[in-house]
Amino acid sequence: MIRKLISLSLTALISSSVFAGGYRISMQGNKQLAMGHTGVAVINNSAETLFFNPAGAVYLKDKFSFSAGATVLIADTKFQNAVYGWENETRNVGTPFYFYGNYQATDWLSIGLAVYSPYGSAVDWDRDWQGSHLVNSIDLKAIYFQPTVAVKVSKHFSFGGGPIFVNGGVTFDRNVSRSMTDENGNRTDVNIKAKGVTAWGWTAGYMVNIDDHLRLGMNYRSKIIMKANDGTASFNDVPAFGAAMFKDGKIKAEMPLPAELTVGASYQWNKWLFAFDYNRAFWRVYDALTIDFVDNPAIGKSVNLRNYKDSSTYRFGVQYQATDALSLRAGWYYDESPVQPGYFAPETPRNDSRAYTGGLTYKFKNGIGIDLSFSYLHFSDTNSSYDYYMEDGNYVSFGGTYKSAVTSAGLGISYSF
Amino acid sequence: MKRKYLYILPILAILGVACEPSIGDDKINSETYYAGKADFSTYVAVGNSLTAGYMDNTVYRSGQKNSFPNILAQQFKEVGGGEFTQPSYADDVNDVGGLLLNGQPLPGFGTKMIVNMSTGGPENIKGTSTIDINASTLQKKAYNNAGVPGAKVFHLLAPGYGSLAALAQGKANPYFVRTATSGETTVLGDAMSLKPTFFTNWIGANDVLGYATSGGEGVDQNEAGGIDPSLYGSNDITHAGVFKQAYETIVNTLTSQGANGVVATIPYVTTIPFFTTVPYNPLTPEAVGVENIDQLNQFIGLIKMSLSAVGQGDRIDLFSKTEANPVLIQDKTLEDMSGVIKMGLQQAAAILPLTAEQIELLSQQLGRARHATGKDLLLLTSRTQIGADLPISTGNPVIDNMLKIGITIPLSDAFVLNPIEQQKIKDATDQFNAIIRGSASEHNLAVADMNELLTKAVSGLRVEDGQIYTADYFQGLGNLNTVLFSLDGVHLNARGYAFIALEILKEINKHYEANIPLVNPAVYPGPTLLPKND
Repeated sequence: MIRKLISLSLTALISSSVFAGGYRISMQGNKQLAMGHTGVAVINNSAETLFFNPAGAVYLKDKFSFSAGATVLIADTKFQNAVYGWENETRNVGTPFYFYGNYQATDWLSIGLAVYSPYGSAVDWDRDWQGSHLVNSIDLKAIYFQPTVAVKVSKHFSFGGGPIFVNGGVTFDRNVSRSMTDENGNRTDVNIKAKGVTAWGWTAGYMVNIDDHLRLGMNYRSKIIMKANDGTASFNDVPAFGAAMFKDGKIKAEMPLPAELTVGASYQWNKWLFAFDYNRAFWRVYDALTIDFVDNPAIGKSVNLRNYKDSSTYRFGVQYQATDALSLRAGWYYDESPVQPGYFAPETPRNDSRAYTGGLTYKFKNGIGIDLSFSYLHFSDTNSSYDYYMEDGNYVSFGGTYKSAVTSAGLGISYSF
Repeated sequence: MKRKYLYILPILAILGVACEPSIGDDKINSETYYAGKADFSTYVAVGNSLTAGYMDNTVYRSGQKNSFPNILAQQFKEVGGGEFTQPSYADDVNDVGGLLLNGQPLPGFGTKMIVNMSTGGPENIKGTSTIDINASTLQKKAYNNAGVPGAKVFHLLAPGYGSLAALAQGKANPYFVRTATSGETTVLGDAMSLKPTFFTNWIGANDVLGYATSGGEGVDQNEAGGIDPSLYGSNDITHAGVFKQAYETIVNTLTSQGANGVVATIPYVTTIPFFTTVPYNPLTPEAVGVENIDQLNQFIGLIKMSLSAVGQGDRIDLFSKTEANPVLIQDKTLEDMSGVIKMGLQQAAAILPLTAEQIELLSQQLGRARHATGKDLLLLTSRTQIGADLPISTGNPVIDNMLKIGITIPLSDAFVLNPIEQQKIKDATDQFNAIIRGSASEHNLAVADMNELLTKAVSGLRVEDGQIYTADYFQGLGNLNTVLFSLDGVHLNARGYAFIALEILKEINKHYEANIPLVNPAVYPGPTLLPKND
């Protein structure tokens, strides 16, 4: 049932959650999400291209193009282990959002600003659940601010890109062991917070228009390492004997936001637009989540192996221009999990997924377009475990069957003039 | 006309937000777990301290919750198990255990053991028991957990074992006195009054371990031919014939109404940290003090010389400055050599000024002393003895400093199981376990082979989640999360009882073709650690 129903208010924009592969979340535009989140070779006369491929922005027809929106998503995960009779489930709500604005400075140069939230994960298990030694709850947020420039070399070729400034934070809570409690039987936990962590990266892409129908695109977004140098760790329900060991203090930690390479093609045929994207996320950079308890030499470094692998996503989208005002869209994608066997941690309890998406845009006479999207992601059931939790010198395993699904509904607004 | 599209907005939002994502079939459903051929509706646990949830030297309120039968009963609830009651410890207000009799502490029933982090040592927690046994606190109720700490196999059949009047004469068991439905009832009688449909029976350990924990100070009734248990001392080994008769009576009674169950075997002493934690040679040169060794060797050399004169020089050896040295122990099976030692000490008066009284005392002590070998088992309780001063000062500080227990004064035989004593224990354990298995086989009961389980755990036993549990004593933070034995070294802790329950569940699932969810020992608590003990 509904364990955690956070306010669904669309105004709570500064929050995002759920991840496709790993903790990446693919909901950066309601038009493109409706088309399976394709877009590296799509212009669609929308500022959403600033995210999908900045090179496309220079082909936007109007002087000014804006696009903004948000998605409400509900992520459900169910965990069961029949050996021990363990059952648990968690429901988390997220609201990834975006804002894109583009200015066509000349017929060969455009500048723009993109703000979006491509990473995030909130997972809130029942406190002290069976996997609480791995995670009670996690809430990771990263907002990208990306000014872009796009240059048209010819009607056949353009390129674009820009720096990315990231502002993010994480809170992470877990129990310090599988059995430690205070004198009243409350499980001892540690809460780690790192707020206002900033970092820089970049994105670049190009677009090739073979003819009036066929378009090719490539986009690269660099990896960004979020370094928290003055995070805090606070310990709760510590037994008296552990007061000296488990004392609140500073922590240092790093979390990588991996690089992504996307190549794709789109084909315009009368009122139909077909798009395909191939997406490669370089997750291998996430080898371990290491938390250095700098003020607690007795704990030292907590190294939590992740050992992610690079993973691919295959996206397909189609759009049908029903009338001048109405566009209908549908899409599908397959997203490989970057998690390798034995490294399935319940903080990112998801497997390979298949997404079914749809949506529409209705454009009013005054030029304002309303973009709607919905999606359903089904994650393959997985019997998985995390086998690298160290306890008294031995690795112990925690796992079971995880079943996950995400539904989302998004609302966006586009305006250009 | 086109406005009607606007209605799609809220409809889509509701669709997306409200529709419950379908997650698919559950791995666990109403058919996942089943009782197989067994009926768990009324589960009764018969046994001794191990069944009662005794740990850290006593039964205390929070510890009793993690008795293995209580852990089992929670799992049985998945397959039709009913309510499971345990003797009330509501009167253990401060959760320290122990027992009082008519307001006075009952000797031998002290408070629970804790680890005092300021001294590093396991010790009894300060405080006074609030569990008072008197005529007004008798519970007079049969409980599903019928485990009685201290009970031997024949005690379960003994009328009066729960009589308050008999307790005052030391002839009853205070734990059973608290719950017995009458002064005349028996442990088994009260258990049967609940009409069990399923039972566990883990009895018999005290019939041999009482002897073992006393360092072999009792009588082996197999040798003595004692077949009247009412004449047994508490440290005696029960006669195998007595054991067989009592054990079979118990199992016949438990199964008489068609109940199924599990019986458990008795572990070897070599699987219990109480007997395996203290090495025979803990005296490293550093522990003794390298600078003291020459002086010590003068004394030891003197004794060795005396013994050598009568061909017994190999009883003791000079101290090594480089290797760990064995403990000097008393061995009552040795021939008394106090005469030659006395002579030697008298002749050495010039270098070792001792009074005639001191010489007499020392030679008596050393007359049956030898150095321990790897074949001796030193009891956990010897830890506080080894290296301790003599109880009475000689008045000479130099000599006092030299006369230390286990170094120059032999450690009492009551802290050591020598090979002869060990053999008696092993023989009795094997006999009893054969009786247990035979009885189980006769009644087609499941056997939880605790002896095999703990024997495997000596070198480390891997459980489902990959953790390896060993039959070690608490060693500090290094095994805080995996130690199975409580601080008394004999009984298990909460985690250890879960480990026992895990094994029993596996046996039940196998023998009765049931599927009951397992328990994970890892989430159960280990020892109580306190920053200080006050």
